[in-house]
Amino acid sequence: MYLTTFGIVLVFFIVGALFVAVGLFTAALVRPKNPTPEKLRTYESGEIPMGSPWIQFNNRFYIIGLAYIIFDVELVLLFPWSVVYKTLGWYSFIAMVIFLMILIIGLVYDWAKGYLEWDKPNPVIPQLNELIIHRKKVNKEN
Amino acid sequence: MNEILWISLEALIKAIIILSLLLLSAAISVYLERKLSAWIQLRIGPNRVGPFGLLQPIVDVVKLIMKEDIVPNGANKFLHGLAPVISLAVAIMVWAVIPVADPIKIGDHIIQMGISPNADIGILFILAMTSVGVYGIALAGWSSNNKYSLLGGLRSSAQMISYELSMGLAILSIILISGSFSLSDIVNQQFSHWGGFRWNIFIQPLGFLIFLTTAFAETNRAPFDLPEAEQELVSGYNTEYSGMRFGMFFLAEYANMATSSAIITLLYLGGWTLPFAPSAIGLEQGTWILGLVQFVIFAIKIYLLVMFFIWVRWTVPRFRYDQLMRLGWKVLLPLALLNLILTSFGVLFINH
Repeated sequence: MYLTTFGIVLVFFIVGALFVAVGLFTAALVRPKNPTPEKLRTYESGEIPMGSPWIQFNNRFYIIGLAYIIFDVELVLLFPWSVVYKTLGWYSFIAMVIFLMILIIGLVYDWAKGYLEWDKPNPVIPQLNELIIHRKKVNKEN
Repeated sequence: MNEILWISLEALIKAIIILSLLLLSAAISVYLERKLSAWIQLRIGPNRVGPFGLLQPIVDVVKLIMKEDIVPNGANKFLHGLAPVISLAVAIMVWAVIPVADPIKIGDHIIQMGISPNADIGILFILAMTSVGVYGIALAGWSSNNKYSLLGGLRSSAQMISYELSMGLAILSIILISGSFSLSDIVNQQFSHWGGFRWNIFIQPLGFLIFLTTAFAETNRAPFDLPEAEQELVSGYNTEYSGMRFGMFFLAEYANMATSSAIITLLYLGGWTLPFAPSAIGLEQGTWILGLVQFVIFAIKIYLLVMFFIWVRWTVPRFRYDQLMRLGWKVLLPLALLNLILTSFGVLFINH
């Protein structure tokens, strides 16, 4: 019977957790506590906060997240390959290059479609004049 | 039964030593940051508390402990409290697999230098832990009931996951060369009997640059400190934190800096190895003197890198967010893929 490698890691984790707990407990003992409404209000540059803080944000964060998951799964598949690579030879090299190519094509597709652009490339803003001309045309036809 | 007790005791002692060293190194990093930034800006820096202001970090911690802990209205209390704990826990747990020297021998008992340096999945453990680190910051931003915090948390998580890919690919190239996930194996492979010419930085110069850049981004330090950009987001995800909880984020940031430096040293800069065979100056393998010398070499390398981190922070301006994303996805990721393919080709070419 012996303590496995990760048994020791568990001991370390417990010691670390104890340290954090002791730190927080000591702080709880010595710190003052007198909240006022102003103190508890969330900071918004001195103004009274307006609306919900869970605002709508740029959906590019979502696209970045999707791209990350795909590439990260690729990495997970590559790790076992990399450890035994020296013993496998040219066959594994070619197999890996084909595998990587599929993902590189995915990256190139994302790139070409502009999903990696943080600024929207060319926003199309409808012009008022065009709308008026269109309306007139419709009226004439009627 | 007796044996389990002894091994547990040894693990406990090592855990306490490593934890104290980590906290000490965070304190030293804080002092270095304040002092070096002062010198760069032609100021004097902390000089009142203790000789040369050396006790300043301790006073900082005491101040943070004495401060009121404010949970803002409408914040999710549980997650708001949990987020800094996650951040700090991750920063500490990475050290579970980092070795600091060769194992030493006392009597016929071999002591590993580090918590569990022989873990055969060392690098995977580090990657997993840094991924969990994203949760701390994202949860802190989301649970604070503050628009600045939410934006800071989102930015930070997007940035960390973008740069993690290039980091993973750079690490893959190292594993291709070493054929092992264990950090001890990777360091021992870089040892040569004359000079440091088998360091991975000379074999993987491109990989080193990629890893260095991603290390800056992963620790959220300048020039990648957009999550806490003071001028636009008033320190981002930790706007609503105060007292000890803020202190935990602070501690985690500086511990992460030391951790990143340690990983760079282990992977690329030869770790704790001496530039010549230890027996050349009369040090036997396995003695505690050799262990001490190796530990000192390792610490010196870590601190040179920490100073480099600080130097960069106070001299380089911050990126804009679209530039950051462009660098991550359009420059580093293709370069890292190229580096991986070139490395795999090279390894095969040499071995077959």
